[in-house]
Amino acid sequence: MLDHILSILIFFPAVAAIFGFAIHKDSMRAYGISVAIIEFALSLWLWFSFDSAVSGMQFMENIPLISSFGINYILGVDGISLFIIILASFFTMIGIASLSDVKDVKNMIITLLFLQMTMVGVFAALDAIVFYIFWELSLVPMLYIIGAWGGPLRIYASVKFFLYTFAGSLVMLVGILFMAYFYYQATGIWSFAILEWYRLVLPESFQLWLFGAFFIGFAIKVPMFPFHTWLPYAHGQAPTIGSVILAAILLKMGTYAFIRFSLPLFPDASVFFMFPIAILAIIMIIYTAMVAYAQKDIKQVVAYSSVSHMGVIILGTFALNVEGITGSIFLMIAHGVVSGALFILVGVIYDRRKTKMMSEFGGLASVMPIYATIFGLMLMASVGMPLTINFVGEFLSLLGFYQQSQTLTILAGIAIIVGAIYMLTAYKKMFFGEVTNEKNKNLPDVNKREMVALLPLAVITIWLGIYPKPVLEPINNSVESVVQLMHDKAISEEAKKRIPNLNKGVEIIQTPAQEVN
Amino acid sequence: MNPVDISIESLNLVTLAPMLIPIVGALFILIIDMIKGGLDRSLYVMLSLLFLFMDFAALLNASDIFTQSGTMMGVFDVMLIDGLAILSQFIIVGASILFIPLVLTNKRFHESSYPEFFALFLFMIGGFQFMVATDNLILIFVGLETASLALYTLIAMHNRDRSFEAAVKYFTMGALAAGFYSFGSMILYALTGSVEINQIAQVLEADNYANIGFVLIGVVFLLASFGFKLSLLPFHTWAPDIYEGSSAPMAGYMSIVPKIAAFVVSMRLFEFLIHSDIVWLEVILYIIVVVTMTMANIWALVQTDVKRMLAYSSISHAGFVMAAILIATTQANSALFLYWILFSFTNLGSFAMLWISREKNLPPGQSSDQSYEKFSGLVKTSPVAASIMALFMLSLAGLPPFALFWGKMYMISSAITGGYTVLALIMALNSAIAGYYYLKLIVYMFMKEPSVAHQANVNIGNITLSLKTIIGIAAVGTIFAFLAINPILEFVTSFVYNSGY
Repeated sequence: MLDHILSILIFFPAVAAIFGFAIHKDSMRAYGISVAIIEFALSLWLWFSFDSAVSGMQFMENIPLISSFGINYILGVDGISLFIIILASFFTMIGIASLSDVKDVKNMIITLLFLQMTMVGVFAALDAIVFYIFWELSLVPMLYIIGAWGGPLRIYASVKFFLYTFAGSLVMLVGILFMAYFYYQATGIWSFAILEWYRLVLPESFQLWLFGAFFIGFAIKVPMFPFHTWLPYAHGQAPTIGSVILAAILLKMGTYAFIRFSLPLFPDASVFFMFPIAILAIIMIIYTAMVAYAQKDIKQVVAYSSVSHMGVIILGTFALNVEGITGSIFLMIAHGVVSGALFILVGVIYDRRKTKMMSEFGGLASVMPIYATIFGLMLMASVGMPLTINFVGEFLSLLGFYQQSQTLTILAGIAIIVGAIYMLTAYKKMFFGEVTNEKNKNLPDVNKREMVALLPLAVITIWLGIYPKPVLEPINNSVESVVQLMHDKAISEEAKKRIPNLNKGVEIIQTPAQEVN
Repeated sequence: MNPVDISIESLNLVTLAPMLIPIVGALFILIIDMIKGGLDRSLYVMLSLLFLFMDFAALLNASDIFTQSGTMMGVFDVMLIDGLAILSQFIIVGASILFIPLVLTNKRFHESSYPEFFALFLFMIGGFQFMVATDNLILIFVGLETASLALYTLIAMHNRDRSFEAAVKYFTMGALAAGFYSFGSMILYALTGSVEINQIAQVLEADNYANIGFVLIGVVFLLASFGFKLSLLPFHTWAPDIYEGSSAPMAGYMSIVPKIAAFVVSMRLFEFLIHSDIVWLEVILYIIVVVTMTMANIWALVQTDVKRMLAYSSISHAGFVMAAILIATTQANSALFLYWILFSFTNLGSFAMLWISREKNLPPGQSSDQSYEKFSGLVKTSPVAASIMALFMLSLAGLPPFALFWGKMYMISSAITGGYTVLALIMALNSAIAGYYYLKLIVYMFMKEPSVAHQANVNIGNITLSLKTIIGIAAVGTIFAFLAINPILEFVTSFVYNSGY
């Protein structure tokens, strides 16, 4: 069974979702929770059987799909993807468990299970076309979740979300097809297998163009400044569960894809674009932090702060050394936990008051003490307090980038500190002071169902903040082999210098430029 | 004068078998009607199906012969059974098999009560089969006109004012296209003294395109004539009106079968010119391809009627596939057939979904049959119908892993391998534009409340077992296409390659 654990992880929720059509709507929630628990247990089993000393792919599966065109169903996990898969199954589980009373709960749970299939599929796929299939397919459930359960502008928000990402991914598809064509020219066989592509060295000019094509697809998904405009609408209109999954998992697809595709495939282009992208990332950190400060709606504050922290992840990724990339992957998980928790917390207050305006609240700390405590913890984690999960990731990311440029790192560091201002102001407005609004006087505190979701998140936030080693070690091993691969493949002197050599052997195919031309 | 002595064997009459079967079938149906009139439509549907299945079997036989012994010539070398002919006939007959059971609707429509409808239908198929299975400009013309005249009548039989309008419009445009065609072929004949495309190519090659000006005029006329048939810009204006006027399955049928026949002929006619590096033809085709897919997409965005939207979307798909003629590599030509096979499933399915919601008379105050509003909240009233329709829309938009994605991917890949990088990007971005109008229907079906004016039963009022079967086949074909791509691709590529394209 372990040989096919990844296929099981991908298709178990989908099969369960199909069976779900036959279940009565009153029992649907229990069914959804059971399926999600089984899935989460399977993903923990994957972690348990994962050999963290190995840096390469594990649990690989390979089934020919369209052999005449080199498309195979290839799956595998390494330290980079393992924890994001676990995070995806974890968030689906607590998402369904904490689902507040929405209409059509049956459709919602079926949609969530389909969404889970696509999420796990993206992170497990090792064939570019299979990756693309899951990547695109993930848009459909999210479109439905935002469009059917969202706020007043839901249709506009969902269509904008879909079209923006769809357009970006089609450019990426052209890039994928080009990459396969170059591979075909170099070796005489069609292949879309990412591990095969890793061994191909491309001339620098081709790398720049292909990097651009992939970048458009990934940057829209992340979303990087200036492609971020779809996200505030999507978050603003989406129901709580939609925002949680979107922020915790779907955005990570973009940053994950940078590490899986852009860096190892195009090392020279990555070095070439390192500073432009770092500057975009810093603009993203500062600009969205300022926008967040101006928001009146607490959910928008959380949404913009989430974009702001995605900037740190990008910065860490493009440090192009082991510390930076490891830190950015750890921060992906941390950001998933923390921003997911913050969106759940916003959902808690929205369920009680049906408003997200901060001016409606004030003095909640005395009415809802547990709620205020958890919110406070998550807020501290979000601004990167030491001994919380975010700190580890942010620190490593910035440490990594410090080796490339001190000025930019200091700028980013200051921006993160400034980021604390808007979060603390928001907290002050909502929780401190007198209870001025009559409606807030008798709000019930966090109930059991919400606690089921929030408590594990709080525990993880502190646990991995104090002792991150069990997660960091496998990530570190896999990242080392990626960085070594990049160093060996790099052509230009600049790239050889920027990407550290770790003295590990990796096998690559040398392609002379004239052959590719 | 010596007596003409021709042995029957040298005629190789077996090449005629696939075309003769539907023609015999049509005559058979007419004879039955003469002997005993007033028989039920189900009889004619089943008879047509039987003849079409026999036709399909004859094609399987022909494809066996082709894989063993290569291209066949017959009947004084007028018939040419190569890979292109066989593949396109498979698509023509296959799509017809999927189409004909759609006549058996719950409500009885005017046209299906005439046996002539079925006879004309089979004549039309015979015509298209002749058109693709020859190299001879005259036989192409005969096939094209036989099929088109039958098609005009089939459209007119749908009893709406708009149908007559559509048929007359189509007839007028078709007559103009026929004029263009004959004028173009006349010029090529005058230049080369032959009506066989391969001999025209040889003669032009031999004198190194000395009369390039006349070739230009001839080719432009031929291009215009096929532009009408393929609804390429700027010859597309007939298409939306005619799709709207004819019944939904007929519109779906028209977007598939006449076009594949025209694609095959354009492949035979234009690709040898492209391979001879005639730059202006490349430029003309490039512009036509880009303008057709982009403009049709933009027009489709603003439509308020689903059928008109699908009409513009079909134009856009035709422009997309026309890129294969421009790229003119084996991969591109295989992509054309792959795309069209997958497209016929999806498009016929989506038009069939419109057909089941067809009302006998338009309700007062409603100007079109299939407005977007009619579909609002469909997921609440009939979730299965809404899901299937959404599936077809996602497939048309090119969302993986549904059928058309594979066609799109292979076509864009062939543009990349053929060296048309910018074209590949334009094709990809056009798919993104197209995403919007397909999504619009999904938004109406899944995210809006049902409108009060439409009762629940309207949207599935026409459903019968035979319609369900066809839609089911189309849906299964759309979802599980990824399992069939490899065999189809290998089959298509070997046929295209062995025909020398």
